[in-house]
Amino acid sequence: MRTLYKIALLVMIAIMVVSCGPKPTTQPTQPGATSVPATEPAATPVTIHVLTMDQAGLSPAEIDQIARDFEALNPEIKVVMEYVGYDYVHDKIVTGMAATPPAYDAAMIDLIWTDEFVKAGYLLDVTDQITPEMTAGIFPAAWNAITRDNKVYGLPWLMDTKYFMYNTDILQQAGFTDPPKTWEELVVQATAIKAQGLVEYPIIWSWPQQEGAVCDFTILLYGNGGTFLDANGGPAFNNEKGVQALTWMKQTLDDGLSNPSSVASNEMAVEASFLAGQAAFAVNWLFQYSDSLDAAKSQIVGKAGFAPMPVFAAGAAAGIQSASVDGSSPFGIMATTPYADQTWRFLAYLSSNDVQMQYSAKMLPVWQADFEGDNLALLEAAAPTNPVTVPAFLGQFPYANQRPTVSYYNEASMALQLALQEALTGVKTPQEALDAAAAKWVELAAQ
Amino acid sequence: MTTIATSHPKQRLSLRKQDARFAWLLLAPSILIILGVTLWPIISTFILSFFNAQTGLNQVRTFVGFGNYIEMLKDQTFWDTIGRTLYFTVVSVGLELILGLAIAQLVHSHPWGWKFLRFSLIIPWAVPTIVNGAMWRWIYSADFGALNGLLMQLGLIKHYIAWLTLPNMAMPLVILADVWHMMPFVALILQAALATLPEELDEAAAVDGANAWQRFWKIRIPLLRPAILVALIARTVDAFRVFDIVYIITNGGPASKTMTITYLTYLNTFSYGKQGMGAALSFLISFFVLIMAFVYIRVLYRPEEN
Repeated sequence: MRTLYKIALLVMIAIMVVSCGPKPTTQPTQPGATSVPATEPAATPVTIHVLTMDQAGLSPAEIDQIARDFEALNPEIKVVMEYVGYDYVHDKIVTGMAATPPAYDAAMIDLIWTDEFVKAGYLLDVTDQITPEMTAGIFPAAWNAITRDNKVYGLPWLMDTKYFMYNTDILQQAGFTDPPKTWEELVVQATAIKAQGLVEYPIIWSWPQQEGAVCDFTILLYGNGGTFLDANGGPAFNNEKGVQALTWMKQTLDDGLSNPSSVASNEMAVEASFLAGQAAFAVNWLFQYSDSLDAAKSQIVGKAGFAPMPVFAAGAAAGIQSASVDGSSPFGIMATTPYADQTWRFLAYLSSNDVQMQYSAKMLPVWQADFEGDNLALLEAAAPTNPVTVPAFLGQFPYANQRPTVSYYNEASMALQLALQEALTGVKTPQEALDAAAAKWVELAAQ
Repeated sequence: MTTIATSHPKQRLSLRKQDARFAWLLLAPSILIILGVTLWPIISTFILSFFNAQTGLNQVRTFVGFGNYIEMLKDQTFWDTIGRTLYFTVVSVGLELILGLAIAQLVHSHPWGWKFLRFSLIIPWAVPTIVNGAMWRWIYSADFGALNGLLMQLGLIKHYIAWLTLPNMAMPLVILADVWHMMPFVALILQAALATLPEELDEAAAVDGANAWQRFWKIRIPLLRPAILVALIARTVDAFRVFDIVYIITNGGPASKTMTITYLTYLNTFSYGKQGMGAALSFLISFFVLIMAFVYIRVLYRPEEN
């Protein structure tokens, strides 16, 4: 029996050694590398894995087509795309980076994660690869999403902001000729729509315990003349302006104007409700408009309209014309990828002007030259939706406000998400909830 | 006898010990592989729990001793989460046991179609947890959910309700989804145990005048105690560590009212990047689970009854 135990122990140790040993792999790019290695194309096909979200921007089918087109031009590179909901991308990047080589060679990076990932060393510095044409051609705001301390960590891909959309048919039936310009006007119109029985809950929002709620709160906060942080970098969202915005949110729920399911709805659910004709007003990313024209998804084809994002009357009095939130998302190359060159080539193709113009119906280009002079006419003619979406973008994006770009944003945002939920569900008052979140922000900033 | 002792110097093992040795031999391959693959990660995670370690390449670790454990034990959020997790565990496992026992008894009584009933029990259990969670999220949907549709048809509600946004309803609804999914597991264990019970005891008790409830409570339940213990431990460990069904249905909301301890561990480790804290939480979870298993064994395990 003792012999058996010894043999068992040896086998166990052998299994441990084998399972804990390094996996055979090609030499990865060293963390902190400052450029894409100039390698010759591999003789055998190389497979790169790219992670992105399956909402906003282009659809998975469209991105898959771009990948196939890239492969046709680069037969030595195979692209495997992986799509997940936005709220899962961050954690998949973190878990993917625990492996060597990483699970993904490139990933979509929300601008709110750039600081965290740069600090963690996850992103490859590609400053040396950026050409003067790229720098001059792409919107500065798009570069801001992926640039830190004058170093570029990826390529811009999606410039997006949240838009105010309304159902033109419902508004007309309710007797209104124009959409609201202030949130107070919205309440008046929504009240009338509800009273006339046109829809039960006129407004649908994205206020779940996820980042979408912070986006909507940012819109209302800045529309009330508030700011996220004060001049010293401390939280300012719990001051009078923030409390007023959150109180307004709660009131619209209590009055039955905002759909109660807003407290559990992400942007996809908001789109589903709006396109089903169950809401007169919705705040969402650009993808909702093009989907509204798709008869397979929408029951309100041709009835979705854009309007500048309203502001509160107090904000308008202070000169604020509109206020939205910046949701831009570039692509970054993971620092430890063994295929930095191949990955760069794919991202450069993905973000190229030609590809972005081709798919401009779902995602407007990040190349500012496309919006100028004769090119603007070309852009508007590139897709049936562009005559509407291009002016909407040009009118709304300049008012897109940034959420704080700090390395602890993810945890801090979750504290704010909890605060918003506690206030909206009546667990705490808006002031109590925001004060608790602000205390957490201060604690995180001090760490 | 002396001749026999000279020919067989080793003492003959008792039947019980022979059975135990054979059981260990059968289990040995699985134990070897499991321990070989998991032992180092467990040791590594335990060591990590004594460090302040943030996610990142070239991770810098700062030794903090029991700092992570103390910080978490002093955090009210931790205790609130433990309370919610215990609530989920007790209610979920309790319902699964009661319903599982009732269904096991029903199947054991061999009613018409009992084989189909036993087969159909597997279906909820066979559904992957992620699919189960997504299905129930749609059932609870405020705008399109079957629950609202059913209640409206029955006239119990006048308008659709956003169930998952109600702080006091969200956790019971998650529990319902979990009970639907896992109750068959308990039922099948108990049904298999019921099938091994000697009918003679039941018949003798009936002859002596015991009614159905007395026979069930005083004869079958004590004999089922080992199987109940197995089911309770297995389900309690699983329920206390619940994550995926919460992740899919509610993401811990609304207002963290469905946040469980494993979800909190996940957030700390991957979303906040606090790997040391996440490691400490993992071991705190294991500690709580060990306590529960110990209590079960002390209360329920009666080796003499075997």
